[in-house]
Amino acid sequence: MSDANTQMVEQYRNNFLREVEENVEEGEWVKMCMQCGVCSGSCPLGPHWDHPPQELFMMIRAGKRDEVLQSTSMWMCTSCYNCIVRCPRELPITHIMHGLAHYAKRLGIAPKGQPTEKFSQLFWNNLVKTGRVNELKLGLALYFMNGIGEGIKTSLKMKDIGLGMLLSKRLSPMELIGGHKCKDAKGLQSILEKAQELEAARIPTAGK
Amino acid sequence: MSDEIKTGAYICKGCGLGERLDCDQLATIAEREGKAHIVKQHDFLCNAEGVAMIQNDIDNEGVNRVTICACSRRSKTEAFHFDNVAIGRANLREGVIWVRPDTDEARETTQEMAADYVRMGCAEVKYMTPPHVSADVASDDHILVAGGGVVGMTAGIEAAAAGYPVTIVEKGGVLGGSAHDEYKRIPESMPYADPEDTGVAEMVAKVEADSRITVHLNSTITKTSGAPGRFSADISTESGSTTTANFGAIIMASGARNYDANQLPELGYGKTPDVVDQAGLEKLAIEANGGPIKRPSDGKEVENVVFVQCAGQRSTKEGHLPYCSGHCCLTSIKQAMYFKDQNPGIDTNIIYTDLRTPGAGGEDFYRSGQDKGITFTKGVVSEVTANGGSVQVKFQDLILDQEVNESADLVVLATGQIPNSGIDIEAAPAEDEEGGAPEVAVESILNLTYRQGKDLPHLKYGFNDSHFICFPYETRRTGIYSAGPVRRPMDMLQAKEDATGAALKAIQALENAKLGRAAHPRSGDLSYPSFRKEGCTQCKRCTVECPFGAIDEDEERYPQFNEARCRRCGTCMGACPVRVISFENYSVDTVGQQLKNVDIPDEFDEKPRILVLACENDAYPALDMAAQNGNHYSEFARVIPVRCLGSVNTIWVTDALNSGYDGIVLMGCQKGENYQCHFVKGSEIAHVRMSKIDDTLEQLNLEKERVETYEVAITDIERAPKLINDMAEAVEKVGMSPFKF
Repeated sequence: MSDANTQMVEQYRNNFLREVEENVEEGEWVKMCMQCGVCSGSCPLGPHWDHPPQELFMMIRAGKRDEVLQSTSMWMCTSCYNCIVRCPRELPITHIMHGLAHYAKRLGIAPKGQPTEKFSQLFWNNLVKTGRVNELKLGLALYFMNGIGEGIKTSLKMKDIGLGMLLSKRLSPMELIGGHKCKDAKGLQSILEKAQELEAARIPTAGK
Repeated sequence: MSDEIKTGAYICKGCGLGERLDCDQLATIAEREGKAHIVKQHDFLCNAEGVAMIQNDIDNEGVNRVTICACSRRSKTEAFHFDNVAIGRANLREGVIWVRPDTDEARETTQEMAADYVRMGCAEVKYMTPPHVSADVASDDHILVAGGGVVGMTAGIEAAAAGYPVTIVEKGGVLGGSAHDEYKRIPESMPYADPEDTGVAEMVAKVEADSRITVHLNSTITKTSGAPGRFSADISTESGSTTTANFGAIIMASGARNYDANQLPELGYGKTPDVVDQAGLEKLAIEANGGPIKRPSDGKEVENVVFVQCAGQRSTKEGHLPYCSGHCCLTSIKQAMYFKDQNPGIDTNIIYTDLRTPGAGGEDFYRSGQDKGITFTKGVVSEVTANGGSVQVKFQDLILDQEVNESADLVVLATGQIPNSGIDIEAAPAEDEEGGAPEVAVESILNLTYRQGKDLPHLKYGFNDSHFICFPYETRRTGIYSAGPVRRPMDMLQAKEDATGAALKAIQALENAKLGRAAHPRSGDLSYPSFRKEGCTQCKRCTVECPFGAIDEDEERYPQFNEARCRRCGTCMGACPVRVISFENYSVDTVGQQLKNVDIPDEFDEKPRILVLACENDAYPALDMAAQNGNHYSEFARVIPVRCLGSVNTIWVTDALNSGYDGIVLMGCQKGENYQCHFVKGSEIAHVRMSKIDDTLEQLNLEKERVETYEVAITDIERAPKLINDMAEAVEKVGMSPFKF
């Protein structure tokens, strides 16, 4: 746990709001929410969220740091942009949701086992390796995300589709070994490393 | 011009009248039955030639009664305005051809309808006299302003700028009222982001520098008598000296006082000095003067502050104010900014249930508050308690649905405004709990010598009567206008706009008084009620029922009409049981003769007659508009416009029933608390009178269904014709009246 995670947050004080403003992408918009609830009503997945956006914003203002950052809610956002379009205060709600998720992830307190979070990590790892997304590896990694047993089951279920793609040359088994790369994968990696370094300098908790 | 009556009837053939109606027959009726001396038809009566034709008859033929048989009296008013003659209008267009289908079957009844309106128009004018200017004409230009707060000063400055001398009477020792005790005000101009200087000092300087404005401090108005144009007021100082002066109009700007927060012990007020009301915080802010605000208990610099909205208001609890005071949300935002602007690190939490930020800049100011980091929490505070060095605020967060205990250095209660509206003259003595306003010994503000009481009538919750939307500054006392929080809760900006409006109305009133003309809503009307003293029984109904307190009683206990106070609604005329009250152009006879001159067909003709008495303010226009939209109604209806349903004398109903009408429909405006009646009480009084008409029906052995009274709005363009048709159906059910001769 980082220092920020252990710091005392008082209820209905501005501490956590300030933390969000400083660290979360578009976080400076949170205070402008007027609690009308249009975002929550517009979200197609709203009923499945523990805390819809409006509530998240109020929780931030109420200083509920742990509950917000450990929530699975913002990970549920599918970027449909309904809320942004409808927000009368023109808050970039979708971006704030991703910003919150990202911040929680950085702090290492994002909920474990949340599928979106897992997939995002797989995607990133996959991409960074070669500079290109290796679809075969990503797909398989996704199948085996929750263990070998479930991975085999899913693979068998999807085998006809896989074979079909193989026959129509939409899928190359050769990708399993190495796979295609961008011209200078090493170069890309060092770019990303540098970027992470800069971010870490900007935000103390980053880079973990 | 001789006194001899000479009637000219002019029948228009334009707008399809010529095609739909047999105008020659109408002309014959005007001549034979209407006894018009001159009858003329014209293809296009409202054009210059038609108007010139009428004017020529007035100038050269001695015509002094003009009946225009054309469109509604609400159309072509400028074309058909002639000086020094009485004018009647037979409504053949909106009243006949536009409300009937253009079919062969309907032709006969449509013609009968038109013929009746011609008879009515000719009969009416014979009983009218051209109005003469009242003797009650006075021309004092001086405007009296009761109250020297922001409203009073604005009214004074505006009236003086328009060239009228002003006297401001202020009870306190300084000008400025409650704004004098404020640190800053809610912003009044773009970008509506920060609190502004109150501007009171500049206003006071402006008032003091204006040679047209006289200020009486530490003074009250101890007596007011007279009428618009000739008010007389005694202004007494605390020390007891009194000066008397004359005024043309009065502006009531006595403002509001703060709700007594001591009535809110559950919110901690009085238990710890660290719970203050909004006025208390203004005081702290003035003391801090831009530096850190310190809490009263120990002088510690405030680090977190909680604002409790709707403290003791918008609540049905006993002793609380039931209404929203309108300014408190903005005021709390402003006060939270006192802290945030000084030190953004201070936590400010505004706990509200509905944040209301009225006015053009309201939303911007709210946004600015959010931008400055004020926390807005939707919640309900249940308890505030002192807890050692801090104040504990217990509230239910309505968004997160949780109970919270927040500790704060200072708590501000947003309490409401209570109007300084003087004595409630309509309240039953000794009993006064309805409004919810707490009992305080009330002093009269104006001390009017009017028969009906010392102050302006109240409407609700102790606020002075005023119509919020249609005629905000009008009160039920002509020439006296209320402005500011005395008529409804409001903030400073609204109060200033209010004061400007009231100043203009006051000027209008005294200018009208100079010319002997009515003020709102029959602005410009020269007629006024007079009574036949020999017939008067001194029953006092007119003096009691006049909605405007225009009628006093003289030494012999006869009614004494103050024409300048009169709004010409005719409620007195409707009230008079012996029918001695009349206007020159509107009387028991002008309407009575109209309804008596309608041709009542034989019982066996199956052609009933329905009399519709429609208020000219809302119901009659609604019928006109219905006609314009092609909404038809029964061919048996005969509509007579009345000034107000309050002017309907029950004799008209009795006469109509006696002469064989089968049904009577009365249409007035909405009555009660949310009244639309332009004369405030007229419609209400009429409804009371008509509730007693059943006795008359019983005496005549007639069915109750034959008389109906309705509240009709100007927008009821479908309902109004339907009400007439409903009566036609009802008549069909109960059968024809047996009183046809």
